[in-house]
Amino acid sequence: MADNTDIASSATTGHQTTAPAASGASAVTPSQVSVDRPSVDETEGAREAHHITGVPQFDVDNLNIYYGDFLAVEGVTMKIPTRSVTAFIGPSGCGKSTFLRALNRMHEVIPGARVEGSLVMEGQNLYAPEVDAVAVRRRVGMVFQRPNPFPTMSIYDNVVAGVKLNSRRMSKSDLDALVEKSLRGANLWNEVKDRLDRPGSGLSGGQQQRLCIARAIAVEPQVVLMDEPCSALDPISTLAIEDLILELRDNYTIVIVTHNMQQAARVSNQTAFFNIAGTGKPGKLIEYDGTTTIFTNPSVKATEDYVSGRFG
Amino acid sequence: MSTLTPTRPPDSRPPAQADLTSGSLPMWAPWAVVVGCAAVAFGVGTALGWRTALSAVVFALLVLLVLPGVSYATEGRRKAMDRFMTVVVSLAFSLAILPLLSLLITVITNGIARFDIEFFTSDMTGVLGPGGGAYAAIVGTVLITAAATIISVPVGVMCAIYLVEYGKGKLARWVTLLVDVMTGIPSIVAGLFAFAFFALFFGPSIRFGIGGAVALSVLMIPVVVRSVEEMLKLVPNELREASYALGVSKWRTIVKVVLPTAAAGITTGIMIAIARVIGETAPLLIIVGTTNAVNWNLFEGRMASLPVFTYYSYTIPGVPPQFGVERAWAAALTLFLIVMLLNLLARFVSTKFSPKTGK
Repeated sequence: MADNTDIASSATTGHQTTAPAASGASAVTPSQVSVDRPSVDETEGAREAHHITGVPQFDVDNLNIYYGDFLAVEGVTMKIPTRSVTAFIGPSGCGKSTFLRALNRMHEVIPGARVEGSLVMEGQNLYAPEVDAVAVRRRVGMVFQRPNPFPTMSIYDNVVAGVKLNSRRMSKSDLDALVEKSLRGANLWNEVKDRLDRPGSGLSGGQQQRLCIARAIAVEPQVVLMDEPCSALDPISTLAIEDLILELRDNYTIVIVTHNMQQAARVSNQTAFFNIAGTGKPGKLIEYDGTTTIFTNPSVKATEDYVSGRFG
Repeated sequence: MSTLTPTRPPDSRPPAQADLTSGSLPMWAPWAVVVGCAAVAFGVGTALGWRTALSAVVFALLVLLVLPGVSYATEGRRKAMDRFMTVVVSLAFSLAILPLLSLLITVITNGIARFDIEFFTSDMTGVLGPGGGAYAAIVGTVLITAAATIISVPVGVMCAIYLVEYGKGKLARWVTLLVDVMTGIPSIVAGLFAFAFFALFFGPSIRFGIGGAVALSVLMIPVVVRSVEEMLKLVPNELREASYALGVSKWRTIVKVVLPTAAAGITTGIMIAIARVIGETAPLLIIVGTTNAVNWNLFEGRMASLPVFTYYSYTIPGVPPQFGVERAWAAALTLFLIVMLLNLLARFVSTKFSPKTGK
């Protein structure tokens, strides 16, 4: 098991100072995942991921992601804890979005995409042959880089799109309640409650993005993946989304890809740094640890260079 | 601070106002040249007894030469080229629009004589001289075209969905190739195909409306496939992904997200495809034939249709020929208006269906 390898490598390298990984909490602490690197202080990561109990949301073991013959992401091993915010940072093209999309099998939309290795969610390997990708996506929702409300639908219909598109029957009052709950959950209710029948594409960019978040949480997933959700937004809308992420953390596992390192530092509990050796080479997970550790005391030189702006 | 006020050599260029406005013709000058050329061309033409069309050609050539010439002498090379190209583009536009206008005017002036109530309410049963109408032909055209649409739209739309959403590899390439080939099928061949096909089952004397609908479908399907394919490609992938991310299956995504988003374009494409086939004569001549009385039954007996009605009214007008020719023009005008109406309907539908911006 990956834990054992981690502990073994930590012990041999001797960097581990305190709190040996004996308790249940530290066993899933997202520290020290690549087996060939020295360990860092695990208590930091444990503190930041203090609410983790039981099994992690995702247990990724040696995951390779291919587009056709091209190996895009190589050998990712990490545990993403439940009900917390995990940020992926790294330069463009390093595979963080690809890896994110692999978490709910969205990358399969691209012809030729496939994975090797295991991705276990609550004891079930998501890539087992009998698993239905559509069912996976009902549990693992996604918010995209550019706000993409359905242009043919009103705000109301956009929120209940997940229910309606799946032709699930629901009474009008239940739908109304769901719309209000989801829009309140996305901090959008007060802005749009008087114009729910208007087209969703008439909202501002930030409102559209929150509408997309409301749409994602309306199907009540366990995980919400966010692929650079703020990169097309102004700072005020970004702030609104970030506040929202911190609220959503209580009920959902959030995984966010961002190019904005301040954002990663502000919203996330754990941060994973991905990097790429060169054009055409696969992206790799370089370091994964508590956010404070990554930004103040990273153990890998490349991470330090990246988070402090010295790269290239 | 010294760096902010460097000593520079004095500017040797002329003052901006004189430099930027020098050598440009006043606004009225090009129009004056055009009017002058017209006066010369038509003046000389009248004097020498030219036909108007010849004078018009001379006028066009004159403008093409004189305006850039004047411009070159006063404004310089770049603006002269600009004027030359402007004239060329205007002439090309006139060349394209003139036949259309001419057609419109001819059809309306000739067709209006019999464009009356009787024309739309009576068929040709027992009509030898004046009177009679295209009621039977209108019914036939509407029925046959509607049947062709009912056959073509599902086949065409589903084929386009396959090509855009599912198709990859050899099969999709072959389908695309065959659709392209089908686009080029001459309509008479489509008619012969339908005739040969139904003759296999019902013998060589078969004539009925549905056969015409099948022939028209052969012509219509590739047009529908092509236009719907283009429209589906325009639907952003982000919307498909948004739908997948909600745990919606691929087929439901296509039916409930992709198709509604592209509905406006698809409708327009279908309308254009209908307009493409509604005026077809040759296939209907072969497999549908024509008749004098109204036939509402697509599956039995010959049917009249507007193009065939027009054709026969003109080629076999009867004695005296005047009444038949008048009916032919009125039928042409009717067909023209039906196509126009379809286009307007397509416009209306596309604005109604198109995604709302809410602004």
